[in-house]
Amino acid sequence: MSRRVAPLLWLLFSAGGTVAAFFYPALLLIVAFVLPFGYRDGTELSLAGLLQPAVVRGLLVVVVALPLFHWAHRFRYTLYDGLQLKHLAVLIAVLCYGSALASTFVAAYLLFTLP
Amino acid sequence: MAGTLDAPRYHGRWHRPRTSVFWWLESWRYTRFVLRELTSVCVAWTALVLMAYVGAAGLGAEALATFLSWMGAPWLVAWHVVVLAGLVYHSVSWFSLAPSAMVVRVGGRRVPASLIVGGNVAAWVVVSAALLWLAGRA
Repeated sequence: MSRRVAPLLWLLFSAGGTVAAFFYPALLLIVAFVLPFGYRDGTELSLAGLLQPAVVRGLLVVVVALPLFHWAHRFRYTLYDGLQLKHLAVLIAVLCYGSALASTFVAAYLLFTLP
Repeated sequence: MAGTLDAPRYHGRWHRPRTSVFWWLESWRYTRFVLRELTSVCVAWTALVLMAYVGAAGLGAEALATFLSWMGAPWLVAWHVVVLAGLVYHSVSWFSLAPSAMVVRVGGRRVPASLIVGGNVAAWVVVSAALLWLAGRA
């Protein structure tokens, strides 16, 4: 089982790492610094127009989900090696991939129920 | 183990040095490795912030304003400076590892690593500038 899933997990890890590397510094800069402290009132931002096409929403789900799986994979190994928790391997894996999967569903729900 | 059937009677004790949980503080190389691995926490945090932003926007202008005023809280701003540094470290280390992950050949010759890293970094700068420009216009 794990031997069949492992390549998929590494694929998600590297795809998510690439998405995060290209997009996340700018996205955090926007959401955490530009919008709250921007030269204009962030509330007048019309997300609705930008996020109307289903393609854009789908892409955003990917932009949130892939890096979460990147985290799940990398953080799992950080816990194994960094804190020497090899004996909790199964629990850690379930928690990491499980929370990434759950967050993906939440992200999809949020994006596709946007007014 | 001495005296049991499946081990020799006078076998010496196995030598298994215990590694400290803080093994990664022993050398800067190890620390850098663990810091690089920990950038995944910054990545996950950013994903959650993006989700929260979309969620707040979905609830309406008032919720979005509340969310953005939260984002202005001093402790959160301080934390986001750290997260941003982590994200930049992730990007830089990710791109500098790219040549080992992909071997590109043009006309039978291997494209030099510096060109692959440079191309990735250039694309990163363009994408970031485009996103910031978009955020300024939206």
